[in-house]
Amino acid sequence: MTIEFEAPKPIAQTQFVLKTVAEEMMRSKSRYFDDHEHEIPWDYIEFMHTAMKAMGAGSLAPKERDNGHDDGEQKEKRPPIAYQALAAQIEMLAWGDVGFYLVTPGGGLGAAAVQAAGTPEQKAKFLARFMGEKPTLGAMCMTEAGAGSDTSSIRTRAVLDEKTNEWILNGEKIFVTAGDKAFNEYEKLGKGFLVVWASIDPAAGRAGMRSFVVEGGTPGVKVTKLEEKLGIRASDTAAISLVDARVPFDHILGSPTVEKTTTGFKGAMATFDATRPLVAASGLGVARAALEFLKEKLAESGVEIRYGLPRQKLTNIEREVIDCEIMLKSAWLMVLKAVWMADNKHPNALESSMSKVKAGDVGTKITQKAVEILGPLGYSREFLLEKWFRDAKITDIYEGTGQINRLVVARQILGYSGAELR
Amino acid sequence: MYSFEPNEEQKMLIEAVGKYAANDLRPAGRDAEEGGSLPPKLINKGWELGVLQASIPEAYGGFGDRSAVTGALAGEELAFGNLAGALVVGVPSLFALPILLGGAEEQKQEYLPKIVEGNWTPYTAALIEFAFDFDPLALKTTATLAGDEYVLSGEKAYVPFAKEAQAMIVYAALDGVTQGFIVPKAAPGLTVADEAEKMLGLNALPTYRVKLDGVKVPKANRIGGDSGLDFERILASMRVANAAAAVGVARAAFDYARDYAKEREAFGVKIAQKQAVAFMLAEMRTEIEASRLLTWEAAWKLDTGKDDANVDAYLASTGAADMAMMVTDRAVQILGGHGYIREHPVEMWMREGRGFAMWTGFAMV
Repeated sequence: MTIEFEAPKPIAQTQFVLKTVAEEMMRSKSRYFDDHEHEIPWDYIEFMHTAMKAMGAGSLAPKERDNGHDDGEQKEKRPPIAYQALAAQIEMLAWGDVGFYLVTPGGGLGAAAVQAAGTPEQKAKFLARFMGEKPTLGAMCMTEAGAGSDTSSIRTRAVLDEKTNEWILNGEKIFVTAGDKAFNEYEKLGKGFLVVWASIDPAAGRAGMRSFVVEGGTPGVKVTKLEEKLGIRASDTAAISLVDARVPFDHILGSPTVEKTTTGFKGAMATFDATRPLVAASGLGVARAALEFLKEKLAESGVEIRYGLPRQKLTNIEREVIDCEIMLKSAWLMVLKAVWMADNKHPNALESSMSKVKAGDVGTKITQKAVEILGPLGYSREFLLEKWFRDAKITDIYEGTGQINRLVVARQILGYSGAELR
Repeated sequence: MYSFEPNEEQKMLIEAVGKYAANDLRPAGRDAEEGGSLPPKLINKGWELGVLQASIPEAYGGFGDRSAVTGALAGEELAFGNLAGALVVGVPSLFALPILLGGAEEQKQEYLPKIVEGNWTPYTAALIEFAFDFDPLALKTTATLAGDEYVLSGEKAYVPFAKEAQAMIVYAALDGVTQGFIVPKAAPGLTVADEAEKMLGLNALPTYRVKLDGVKVPKANRIGGDSGLDFERILASMRVANAAAAVGVARAAFDYARDYAKEREAFGVKIAQKQAVAFMLAEMRTEIEASRLLTWEAAWKLDTGKDDANVDAYLASTGAADMAMMVTDRAVQILGGHGYIREHPVEMWMREGRGFAMWTGFAMV
C-alpha cells in the first residue's frame, strides 16, 4: 500500500465522457425542470439507460461478482475501484444537475439495500432488471412522518400470513426519492421496486427491523403525494401508503426471525456506510458547480484570485474563495477515502459519516457564499446559481442529517453505544 | 490509483517517531516551554531517528530519498508529541533540504555530508520579516550583485538557533525574486540579537532577530548557483511541513480533550455523553481528517512534480492553520476552567495553534 492521489484511468476516462453529458443533457435543461416540477426528463433518462447499458453498467450501484450482472471474466488483480468510480460519476452528474442525477435509471438506494443485505439469490432476482430493455428505478422507503433520523421508531408493520406464506405490510412512508418512478408504471420505464423498512416485532425494537422488496404495482401500495420542494425538483419525492400490501415470503432482506441481536437494523446502517459518501459526492458536485461559476463571474469582472499570498494581503473576496476551495478539496478527499475503504472492505462507518458531515457543511456554505458574493447576479434566476443554492441544502438533510451524522461520528470516536450517547 | 495507506517503510518510521514523540517529547514539553529550551540529549535522540538523514541520498551521506509524503507523516507524529521539540529536531532541515532540492552540486557536496553524518548541529534559515504583511514572495531584505559578490541587507525575525548556527540560508529579494544565500557564522555585517525572542507560544524553540548590514557573500553562495533557486517550490515544502505539524498539534489537543471528556462528570454523566460536547469533538475529528488528507495530497503532488503542487500546498497550510486554531480552542473549551490552567497542555497547544498562520519557514519536509 501507499499514499497516492492519481485518478485511476477508467475513472478519468468516464469523467471525461460524463462531463459532456452533464453539459449537453443536464445543464441545458436544468432551468426548465426546475420551473416544471413533476415533469420527467425522459431524454436524460433514456440516454443514460442506453449509455450505461452500452458500458455494461446496469445501474448506478457497484457491481459484485455474485449479483448476476458480471460476465465472470474479472480476473485481473487490479485493486477494486467500483465505489471510487461511482463516487466520481455521481459527483460529475450532480455537477451537471443533482435533480436529474437522482432520477438516473438504476437501483438507487433500493438496489444498494439489496446489495448490502440480500442473499445471492435475492441479488440475482432483484437486480437483473436494471440491465433490461427499459430504464428502471429502485427506491428506499425508510422515513415516516414520525420517524426521520430516529429510524428505530418506524411504525410500519410486517406480519407473516402463515396460510399464504406472505408478508402483509401496513404503514405510511414519506420522502421516498424516486418512489413514484420506481413503483408506478410508466410506458417508458421497466418495473422497479421499493425497499420498505418495517418492523416484524415492535416489542423487539431495533432487533425487529427488516426491509422488504415491494415490487412495482403491488396491490395495496399507493403513491399518495408528490412533494413540492425547495430544490432537486426534477427528482420525485413520494409519499407512499401501504394498506394490507402482500409480498412473497422470500422478499424479506435478512433473517425472517427475531434474534436478540440488532443485525437487521445494522443491515440498514451498513447500507448507509456505503451510501453516505456517495450522497456526499453528489453534494460536492453541486458545490463545485457553484464555486466554478463564482470564479468565472469574478474573472469576467477582472477579479483575480492571488493564490500564495499571505492571508493579511488578500482581499475579502479572495479569502472567501480560497476558503471555499480548501473546503471543497478536502471534503472530496474525505469522500474518496471513505469509498476507497469500502472498495477495500475496511470498516468505514467513521469515515463515511465524517465525509457526509463535511459535505453537508461544505455544500451549503459554498453555495450560500457564492450567492452572497455575487450579489444581484447570485440572487437572479437568470443563472443557475440560485438553483444550486436550493439544491445543495438537501445534502445536509437526506441520508442522515448533519446532526445524526455528527452523532455517529461522536459515538465512533468516543467508543460509545447508542445508549451511552443519545 | 487512489490509496490512503502508508507503505511499510513509512509505517515503521511512524511507529519509531511516534514512540519518541509520546515517550520523550510529550513528557518534556511543559518544562521545555517554561524553561525556554529542550535538553540536548533529547534533541539528539530525535535526530538519531534519522528523519532528515533518510531524505538525503547516500552520495551525500544520507540513506534514502526525500519524500514529502513521508516527511508529512513524520512531521505530524513529532508535532503530536511536542511542537517545539519537532521543530528543534528538524532545524537542520531548514538548511539541508533547500540545498538538496535546489542547490548546485558543489553546495550539496560541501554541506550535506557534514550536516547529516554527525550529531545534531544547528544549521538554520532566515525567512520571516517583522511586519504584519510579511510575504515570503515579496521580501524587504535585498540581495544585490556587486562584482563577484552578493550584498545582503535587511532585517530578519524568528530565525531559529541563529546564535549557534554554523551557517544560515538568508532569503532575500534579488531583482524582486526571492532567492537563498548561504551566510556563514559570524559573517561581517551579520548581527544576531543577544536575547531570544519571546513569543506567544513555542518558547522552547530559541529564535532570534538577525540584522544584515551589507553582508557580502561570494557568488557561489547563492543557492543553485547562477541559475538560482525555484523558491516557490521550497516554500511549498515549508507549507506542507507547516500543515503536517498543525495536524499533529490538533490531534494532540483532540485526543486530550476527548479523553478528558470521557472522564469528567457533570450532572451525573460524563460530559462526552452530552451532545454539546460530543458534537464539538465530532467536528474537531472531521476537520483534522480534512486537513490531513489535503496535506497528504499536496505532499504527493510535490513528490510527483504536479504543476498545481504549489497552490495545493498553500491551500493545505492555510486550511490547516485555521483548523489547528479551531481544534485547539475547542480543546481548551472542553476542559473549561481546567483548560485555562497551565497544569494541562491544552492552553499551550492553543497558543501554538495560532502560530501556524504566521511561521512559514519554521519547518520543512
